[in-house]
Amino acid sequence: MDEIRESLLKESKAARRDKFGRAISFSALLLIVVVVVSIFYFVASKGLATFFVNKVNIWDFLTGTKWAPGQVDAHGKAFVGAAPMITGSFLVTFLSALIATPFAIGTAVFMTEISPKRGAKILGPVTELLVGIPSVVYGFIGVSVLVPFMRATFGGSGFGILSGSMVLFVMILPTVTSMTVDTLKAVPRHYRESALALGATRWQMIYKVILRGATPGILTAVVFGMARAFGEALAVQMVVGNAALMPQNLTSPAATLTSVLTQGIGNTVMGSLENNALWSLALILLLMSLVFNTVIRAIAKKGAM
Amino acid sequence: MNAKQADKVATIVLYVIAGSVILILAALLGYILIQGVPHLSWHFLTAPATAFTAGGGIGVQLFNSFYLLFITMLISFPIALGAGIYLNEYANQKSRLTGLVRTAIEILSSLPSVVVGLFGFLLFVVQFKLGFSILSGAIALTFFNLPLLTRSVEESLRTIPNLQREAGAALGLSRWETVVHIILPAALPSIVTGIVLSAGRVFGEAAALIYTAGQSAPALNFADWNPFNVSSPLNIMRPAETLAVHIWKINSEGIMPDAAAVSAGASAVLIIAVLLFNFLARYLSNSLYKRLTATK
Amino acid sequence: MTENQNVSFHLYDEQPKRFIYEMRPEKEIAISTHDMQVYYGDKLALDDADLSFERFKITSLIGASGSGKSTFLRSLNRMNDDVATVKGQIMYRGLDINFKDIDVYEMRRHIGMVFQRPNPFAKSIRENITFALKQHGITDKAYLDEMVEHSLRQAALWDEVKDSLDASALSLSGGQAQRLVIARAIAMKPDILLLDEPASALDPISSAKIEDTLLELKKHYTIIIVTHNMQQAARISDYTAFFHMGRVLEYNETRKIFTRPKVQLTIDYVNGNFG
Repeated sequence: MDEIRESLLKESKAARRDKFGRAISFSALLLIVVVVVSIFYFVASKGLATFFVNKVNIWDFLTGTKWAPGQVDAHGKAFVGAAPMITGSFLVTFLSALIATPFAIGTAVFMTEISPKRGAKILGPVTELLVGIPSVVYGFIGVSVLVPFMRATFGGSGFGILSGSMVLFVMILPTVTSMTVDTLKAVPRHYRESALALGATRWQMIYKVILRGATPGILTAVVFGMARAFGEALAVQMVVGNAALMPQNLTSPAATLTSVLTQGIGNTVMGSLENNALWSLALILLLMSLVFNTVIRAIAKKGAM
Repeated sequence: MNAKQADKVATIVLYVIAGSVILILAALLGYILIQGVPHLSWHFLTAPATAFTAGGGIGVQLFNSFYLLFITMLISFPIALGAGIYLNEYANQKSRLTGLVRTAIEILSSLPSVVVGLFGFLLFVVQFKLGFSILSGAIALTFFNLPLLTRSVEESLRTIPNLQREAGAALGLSRWETVVHIILPAALPSIVTGIVLSAGRVFGEAAALIYTAGQSAPALNFADWNPFNVSSPLNIMRPAETLAVHIWKINSEGIMPDAAAVSAGASAVLIIAVLLFNFLARYLSNSLYKRLTATK
Repeated sequence: MTENQNVSFHLYDEQPKRFIYEMRPEKEIAISTHDMQVYYGDKLALDDADLSFERFKITSLIGASGSGKSTFLRSLNRMNDDVATVKGQIMYRGLDINFKDIDVYEMRRHIGMVFQRPNPFAKSIRENITFALKQHGITDKAYLDEMVEHSLRQAALWDEVKDSLDASALSLSGGQAQRLVIARAIAMKPDILLLDEPASALDPISSAKIEDTLLELKKHYTIIIVTHNMQQAARISDYTAFFHMGRVLEYNETRKIFTRPKVQLTIDYVNGNFG
């Protein structure tokens, strides 16, 4: 008989190995998906218990301004108003992004258009290094430099929304900058050359051609920075003051979703309302990170058109 | 103001912005290094921490950080490798399911690390009764680390030209054999870079750890290397405060008199470690690449 | 449709829409295709290919870019499995290679392929040759060493590399690398060797060496080669098939294709008056 013909009809060692490898690598991928799904499942089931088990009105939760889950009011309802923390989180996020954006764009433009050599040699490596600095280090500097400075300047304790925003600003600046640099670099060379050839000044070229072309990318970078700021826990917790009150001004102690979570989760009993209410805060964090993600995708889709 | 004047003003403004950013960043690095480095000594790096008195070190925390990093990598690398291989080598790139899986991974990477830590706390510390332990911490860090590491493995594999896969296939090798013996070795330099860079991130992470690996650092007996003993450094069921967690802890509730100096020293160590990870990544990737193409 | 078994192997009907090609029955056929079509998604890339390839001969596939010749070649050992759908039959040793029980890896051991751009592995020259053999379970050191020398000699590379077998294959020149790749394919002792423009990325001297190698190899192997180079096809091949717009327009002995082609397009193409 034809040996080759026979061998073609048998399963080879290679085929068995491939089945094995495919199965193993698929399981690894499946595991990651399972992790993602279970994070959502567990956080959601805990977070929703506040509303379904403890019967807290979701509207009261989102708009109530008093956070004291251990206490009850005259009607026997617990004080689980998350508005102070939600406000705090959004405030620090927007403020830090607001300050960081012009700095990041300015630096990125400087690095790519004004002085590419110095950009590549000094600023580039430094921003890359700073992206990797642990957030607790930013928090530590906030506590030891920024908070005393705020205290001296504005009075009060020095802890508050403004301190939190400043720490987050420095923290997200390297990330937003380096992402903006990537976007600017992606603007085709001939855009620049044709703009300059038409007699535009360098600034006109930057403003009307480069920045306009790079807008989707810059937006992505900013939203990405905001997502980081919104989810950052320890650096903010260290300087924000940790008072679950509606912020009266930017320099009074306040709280964010993450700061209350880091402080509270260890001090409450599993399954109690105090604990469930904290998980509801975690659920808000989770959903917000989904929102940021969706926004980034939407920008990418629009930019691609 | 005409165009030329606007151009001048804008250039000046850009110089000022770039200058101030450099200033902020330099001040940041300078502050930590100037405050922290003088505090570094052999004693500081090796002695255990003290709760109420000055003169404590960060020995146990430093060890915990490295050990936790090691265990995390031990768990996360094989998973990331497998997932990266499947995504790049087997998955149908055009299918919706692949897109959905990619989205899931992206979402995991964008989750706040505190949420990942809380999930780890809920499931492993409480539900599975692992307690505050290195194991719980390493699992939480794995979740935190997996998306980036997977993406970096996937991207490393993608840079290897398809010609190599076709070469393997044309010799009757299966995709798996080709990947394991041809593609992976060729992608090794960039995979290693990805590992080291992600190690830097894991090393400095704290939020995911405070409720998983815990906030206490029981004294260790560095003469006892039996991983089943309670005070052995290798025991993975013991609570283990890391360097990053330590910095947070003493700054938010530390009562030792030299808290600021200890934090500065510890921060300096963290930053130096991150620096070293960066250099190591660059060095390893270069030297591995050279070895790969060496003429011997 | 006029079928005339007396005409050697070139049968076609009067309306030159559809051609049928069959080898003379007494010739030994290594591999043949029947009513073969290849689709990329919905797009038909190759239609009605019926070709038989004689053993121990070199067959050239010529035609312009996009004529379907590479698609055809890559279908012969299922290199296009991931991207294309093949209909019809590809018969090898009495089996349709697209049949579901066929072990594709085993099949590719016997139907080897060399690509346009040299693709040595990032391993030593020696390992490039022994690696696949080891994977297929051959561990005898003496045999492996013998195969290294044997295949490198057949690929006319031995004299150039015999002193540096442990050097990285990435240190070889383009021409050397391509001959190493051919040696690597030969070491598998394939039945059929498919080559997809193996010399198009090389300089004339390397190209000539590869041609010599192929002429030597046809003593033991059936060779099917895609080429853009008319002189090359004329020099080395016994048969030539001319592909045009996803169809085989003409298939005949090489000297006939180049001296008295039946179709005007073939005349134009081999004379370089195309497009």
